[in-house]
Formats: sequence, structure tokens, C-alpha cells
Amino acid sequence: MTFIAKPRLHHPTLHTNQVGYTRRDYEGRISTLCAGCGHDSISAAIIQACWDLNIEPHRVAKLSGIGCSSKTPDYFLGASHGFNTVHGRMPSVLTGANLANRELLYLGVSGDGDSASIGLGQFANAMRRGVRMAYIVENNGVYGLTKGQFSATADRGSKSKKGVVNSESPVDLVGIALQLGATYVARSFSGDKAQLVPLIKGAMEHGGAAFIDVISPCVTFNNHSGSTKSYDYVRQHNEAVSRIDFMEPGQEITTDYPPGALVEVEQHDGSLLRLRKLHTDYDPTDRYAAMSYMQTHAALGEILTGLLYIDPLATDLHTALNTTAQPLNTLNAAQLNPGQKALDKINAALR
Amino acid sequence: MQATNTSNPAYFHKVVDCQWACPAHTPVPEYIRLIGQGRYSDAYMVNWVSNVFPGILGRTCDRPCEPACRRGRVEENNRTQAEPVAICRLKRVAADHKDDVSARMPTIAPFNGKRIACVGAGPSSLTVARDLAPLGYEVTVFDSEAKAGGFMRSQIPRFRLPESVIDEETGYILNMGVRFRGGERVSSMRALLAQNFDAVFVGCGAPRGRELDVPGRQDAAAHIHIGIEWLANVSFGHITSVGERVIVLGGGNTAMDCCRSARRLGGKDVKVVVRSGFEEMKASPWEKEDAQHEGIPILNYHVPKSVEHLNGKLTGMTFEIVRAEYDAKGRRSLIPTGEPDVLLECDTVLVAIGQENAFPWIEPDCGIAFDTWGLPVLGEGTFQSTLPKVFFGGDAAYGPKNIITAVAHGHEAAVSIDRLLNGEDVTHRPPPRTHLLSQKMGIHEWSYHNDVSNDTRFAVPWAKADVALSSIKLEVELGFDAATAFKEASRCLNCDVQTVFNRGTCIECDACMDICPMDCISFTTNGDEAELRTRLKAPAQHTAQAMYVSAELKTGRILVKDEDVCLHCGLCAERCPTGAWDMQKFLLNTTQAGPHCRDSKPKPSTSAAKETA
Repeated sequence: MTFIAKPRLHHPTLHTNQVGYTRRDYEGRISTLCAGCGHDSISAAIIQACWDLNIEPHRVAKLSGIGCSSKTPDYFLGASHGFNTVHGRMPSVLTGANLANRELLYLGVSGDGDSASIGLGQFANAMRRGVRMAYIVENNGVYGLTKGQFSATADRGSKSKKGVVNSESPVDLVGIALQLGATYVARSFSGDKAQLVPLIKGAMEHGGAAFIDVISPCVTFNNHSGSTKSYDYVRQHNEAVSRIDFMEPGQEITTDYPPGALVEVEQHDGSLLRLRKLHTDYDPTDRYAAMSYMQTHAALGEILTGLLYIDPLATDLHTALNTTAQPLNTLNAAQLNPGQKALDKINAALR
Repeated sequence: MQATNTSNPAYFHKVVDCQWACPAHTPVPEYIRLIGQGRYSDAYMVNWVSNVFPGILGRTCDRPCEPACRRGRVEENNRTQAEPVAICRLKRVAADHKDDVSARMPTIAPFNGKRIACVGAGPSSLTVARDLAPLGYEVTVFDSEAKAGGFMRSQIPRFRLPESVIDEETGYILNMGVRFRGGERVSSMRALLAQNFDAVFVGCGAPRGRELDVPGRQDAAAHIHIGIEWLANVSFGHITSVGERVIVLGGGNTAMDCCRSARRLGGKDVKVVVRSGFEEMKASPWEKEDAQHEGIPILNYHVPKSVEHLNGKLTGMTFEIVRAEYDAKGRRSLIPTGEPDVLLECDTVLVAIGQENAFPWIEPDCGIAFDTWGLPVLGEGTFQSTLPKVFFGGDAAYGPKNIITAVAHGHEAAVSIDRLLNGEDVTHRPPPRTHLLSQKMGIHEWSYHNDVSNDTRFAVPWAKADVALSSIKLEVELGFDAATAFKEASRCLNCDVQTVFNRGTCIECDACMDICPMDCISFTTNGDEAELRTRLKAPAQHTAQAMYVSAELKTGRILVKDEDVCLHCGLCAERCPTGAWDMQKFLLNTTQAGPHCRDSKPKPSTSAAKETA
């Protein structure tokens, strides 16, 4: 926890992006998390991703629940919209906001306690409905704010800081997201920004429900030798399925790679994800293969990271509900209340 | 790249850019911090140990520290103009606001039987006296003027440097048992050597101003003066007026002092005329600004062609108009533009086009060799001449520079003399002693002020123009008051508080890299320096400033820190969960004369210990 204000001075070569902001303009207040918290690295990755994508900060709505992770939206994108909801209720509030105004970019930030315990139902339903958002879980496997109890994502057999062995099965949020229909599923590690930043960029630009599980060590309570979510453990067991890069929309993509070594995925807005595979047999567009692959590696004690699954033709809840494209706050009274004739017509259709 | 060897004293020293740039290596951030705390006397004494004349230099220093100041680098692009900390003016604050420091001066050791002569009572000689007198040497200083100070007293105008300041600071040295023989010009080295001094230090400056060689110069000699001589005459009150129309030739600081003095002695139309372009003038930028501030035009690319006169009465000067051309090697030549020559009418001409060394009083056969430029042949870094017991320093050693360089020479020559007179090799010189001390006081407490100020540089108040220009003696700059000094001191980035990295405890969590406001820190794969500099989080462009490179970390990457634009805010150390970063204050004790500079180190005397405390 830092008390020194971050100086306003910056590097002489700090550039502005296409919309006129420097990377520092995407920062928020100084973090009050423990020094070395993985969550702060994720905040830095979000800042980098939004700057790279030329997203104007005021076009982002960041929503979170309660917990260490859910404090973090205060530490990035200080000029965007924000909402700290009740514990575990971020997905439903975000869904409502999204239905009211689809012009904003929705960033849901949650933790393993917030999403895998009290908010598990909310998480599952948001994935199932295909709410267009980037849902990031900052997953450290521990309840840091209440001094280090196991959370629902802690692995069976892992030890707490006090030496207690966890006897319960972990909730696998990636597996649930895959099963329930999320159209962009990834896992990464807070200590690997080279992988995390493009994953966040892909999620921000994705047309449907995008979910990223980010393993984020808790330096205070879960960074010891018995932990499976420590810096050392994750680095030793990290198995990347893909090395990905995010290409800006509109940019031409050409490749000389032989067939089978590369999968190009075109998204609705014309952007492309170019996947250079480390595993030539891995196809990120096959949901069932992804689930199987992930389970196989989990059984081997490996943590699969990278973009695990993507549906290039993803649609979202607005498409399913056929809602108006205009934000509700821009509709006038006549549009919002079309009158008795319109009501009669609807009623007649239901008879 | 190889991992950085931080045990080399030069590595961390170079990070303190101001101190590194200062010839005398004055610990600038240390005394600025003390000024910020209102500890003016302490700040003064920190200065006094290294630069010897804080009050004088606080007004007149050539300030090589300021262009080096990191603040000027990090404010660039953030604001319209890069502005270093007003280091020089803060030094003056320490001198102006201090209490009586006479009791803090070193105690004098009993006479050690060795006698030393210093020729000239300028800054280099007085520095030798300041270093050696407390050790028990009997130091005798000769000067042709009645009072000590040399160039500082004779050629720096009173409106920049009041006499009381010179009296005070030369007084501290002369009061240390130094024998001052004022009004006694040394006219023969042989005669001086015959007096059986154990060592002689020549610090007599570069006393001869360069002549102007154009037609008409000698015919109108009565109205044409050599700048440094004219300034000395003004200083001592021999000259009290000047013609109404004055031309000052030359683009150095002496020219700036001449034109400003002429303005105060009744010159109404005073001009500075230089051969070069305005940007290439040798004068410090602030000296040029000060002259222009007083309404003195500077005409550039004018080459003197002839002096015009009417029966010996000066009427003007003719100049040829030129432009600068540069060849492939960057050498400049001045090419006539073909425009008609310009006649500038005037009543007085002041020639300030450079200075030369002259040693007519050193007999050619007394064993001291001179090079083709008339400068003494000296041992590198020892200032020892070809006659082993004779040393040179200041402008007399390597030609005209500035006061702080003369002081630095004096310290080094004093070390040489001390070693020589203790029977030790003068070429073997111990390296400076350094300390690194953690500044961590508690979990989130640091012993220095690391909340970086966003203020821009504060201007020093001036006396009102009409009042200032009416007197040759009234000091123009008024100096900072305590409140402004505090705010200006807060702009210092504490570059002596180093970021020290411990590879063994780093867990590569990225926290330091993420929080760094200047993007100084990167975790990356190793590579060649030139290539590595391009792929850091922010490019490391200033190749003169080293990068801190760790040995390989657990993941096979290395930690690279670009020291160039670091604010020393300590956020990296504040954020580090394992204490792999620490903020440690770097103290450099330059080697000074006394027991510490000798191979056979006896127990330090109390006076020497007090000096370095």
C-alpha cells in the first residue's frame, strides 16, 4: 500500500495515441493493494491494452463486485464510468447497464471469491446470456481481505500460508465459461504481460461474452511453497497453448507460414486474431476440443494459458433480444412510450 | 550486456549528475536537502568542504551542474522549457541565511615543520591553503593586491558580488593561521625558491587579456581598454566613468561584465559586438540574458576591421559582416557575406576577446618546463610541474576556466603536496570513499522528501532596474527568501538517493515496472547495449548515462533500469514486496589532503575528522 502520490512528470518520449491520450491518461488513483499484488500488474495490462486500442477512457464502463480484485477499477481508467456493486452482483448490474447503453465498452472485474463463490450464479448466467463484455477474474485462490482462507478456486491439495491442506475441489471458471457458451475464453498470468495484454485487447474488441481468468498471486497470503497460485509455481507449470498477437482493425494481414501452422480468426468488426500455434494440433475454434484439452492438461498438473477458445461469429444478448441500437438515455418520450395504438397492436399479437 | 558493477564508485556517482558535473564534486542534493530543512549553516559547511566559497560561487559560479540537472531533462516535453533546479542560487541561500559558522571551522593542528608558498590569492591558492593549513602546514600566500581574492575580487563587478562576501569567505581561510603577504608581487621564481619553501603552488591566474590587432588600434589607444584590466580598475575605484557610446568586443562572460559595468558608469549606448553567432558565444546563457535584460544589444557575425579615429580621438569601429559555414568535420569558418561594412560610432571600446597566460616572472632556467602554448607542463591529475616541488592550479595551470575549476585544482594540488611532503608518490591517489545507506525508516516512511514537486523554476528577484543601473556597487540579484528557497529546493529530485537492486530477492512481479512514472524499469531478455536500449519500456536515448543491468533472474530475463530520467521518487522500492529495491543515500567523500590521502594512514586528527563530518 503506497502513500506517495505518483509524480505527474513523465518520460520525455511518452507518446499520445490516435485519440490524443498518453498511457498515463489511462491510469487511476494510486493502488492501496499490498505491494507486489498481481492485481496491480493486471491493472497495468488493462491500461496498456486500452491505450493501444485507442479507446477513449470515457467510452469504458468498468464494473466490479467486492474484494481485493474489485477495488482495482479505482486504479485504472480514472476518466471512465465505474460502479462497485454488491458482492458477486457485478454481472447482473453490468447486464442492465449494457442493455441500457450498448455504445459503451463493458469491463467486468471480479475475483475468485466474487465470481466462484457468492457470485457463481451471476457469473454463469452472464456467460450463458452472451452479454457483450470483457469479464476478467483476478484469481489468486485466497481470501486476502479476510486474512488468507481458501477460496473456491484453490486447488485440492494446495496449502494455505498457515499450512492447512485444501481438501475441496476447485471451481474451474474456465471450464464453466466454456460449457455455458462464452464465445471468448482465455487464461493468463499476471506476471506475463506479453501474453495478457493482447488477450485483454482481444476481449475488449470481441463481439460477445469474453472471459479471461488471470492467475494473480496474492503476495501476502498465497505466494509460498505450498501454493499453486504463487509466482514460482505458476511460472514452473505454465503451458501456453498459443502465442498471440492482436492486430488493429483494418490492418492488412499477410502470412508466409505453411498451412496448419497458423489459424487466422476474423471477427465481426473486421479485426483479425492471428494465432501462431505452439501446438500445431490445437484449434481454438473447437469448444469441445478445448474443454478436453484443458482437462487433460489439468490432470497433468499444467496450467494452460493463452486463448483457449473463440467463436469468430459470436453475437451478443442485444442480437438475441432484438433490442434497439440506440442507448435508452438518447430516446425521447415518444420513442419510449409509443402510445395506445402501439400497445393495442402488441396486445392483439398476443391474443 | 554485462551486469553492472555497482562497487565501482563512479557508477552511482555518475547518477548524481549535478555532483558528477561539478569539478569539485560538491554533494549538491545533500546541501539542497539541508536548505529545504532550513539547516542553512549545515548546508553552508557541506559546501565549504568541497567548493570553499559558497557565498561567492552562489552568485558567480559558472554552474556546470545546472545543464546536467535531471530536472531539466524530465520537464522537457512536459512543459515548454526544460528548467533545472536553481542550484547556484540555492547555494547563495545557504550563505545568506546561515548563522555564524566561524566556530565550525577546523581546528589547526600544531606546526608540522613544513612551509608552503602560494603565489596569488585567488580561488586555487586559497583552496590549497584551506586544505593544508589545518593539517599543520605553514602556508604563505603572496598577492600583488592588498586584499585576498584575486580574480574574484578584481574582475567580478561589485553589482554581482559584494565585497563583504569576498572578505568573509577569504577571511575564513586567512584566519586559519595562513600568512598573507598582500601587496607583494612575486617577481622571481628563483628568489621565491631561494626562501626554502618545502613546496610552491602557483595560482596566479591568467592575467593577460588578449589584444586586438586591427588598424587604428594604437592610434586611439587612450580610449580602448583591455576588458579584464578595465574591470579591475573599476573594481578598485580607479575608473569611475566611461564614454556615452561604448562598444564591447567579445562574447564571453568578461564581455558581459564589461558591458553591464559600462552601463552603470554612464554608458548610455552600450553594445556587445561578437564575431560568432549568438548561440556560439562563450558566455553562459544566463549572463547573456542578464545583459539583454539591462537593455544591452548583442550584435553577432561582426568581425572587427578597423578602429576609426580623428587625430587619436576615437570615433567608431568598422566591422565586416560574415556568416558561418561548417565543413564536413563541423569546423566553422566565417565567410564575408559581401554586404557593405558597418561603421559603429563610439567613444570607448572594451576588448574582451580572451585571456592568455603569462609567466614573465618564472626564469626559463629554473627547471619548470612550458609547452608551446606557454602553459606549464604538468603531471596529469597531480598538477605537479617538472620541478617536483612546484605545483600549478586554476587558470595558471590549463588556461582560463572558472572559479569552481580552480577550486577543484586546488584540492587536487593539496593532495599532491601533502603526499609529496610525507614522502609518498604523488601519482598514486586513493579513490574517493563512498557510502550507501538505506533511507527506509518504516513500512512507508523514507527519510527524504520523495513527493516530487510539480513547480517550475522560481525566478530570483532583482533590484528595480533604475536603481540597479544607477550604481556600480548595488547588488542586482536579491537572492531567494526562505519560503521561495524551500519551494525551489523541493524541486530537487534527490538523485543521490540511489535505487539499489538486490537480484536474489526479486520475484519478478512487475510491480516496480508498472508503478514507475518514468518507465525507467524493464524486465527483458539480455542483448547488446545498443539494441537493448531500443527495446526497453521507454527507449534509453541518453547514451552518456549508464543503464543498471542485473545478472540473470530466475526466469532467464534481466532487470534493466535506465538511470537517465529516474525521479528517485522511490515508488519502485515502495511497491517492491520483497525489498529487492531499496533507496540508499550515496555519499562520496572526495580524497582530500590529510591522513586519508596517504598510504601510511596514521590515526586521523580531530580537525580532519571534523571537516568530513
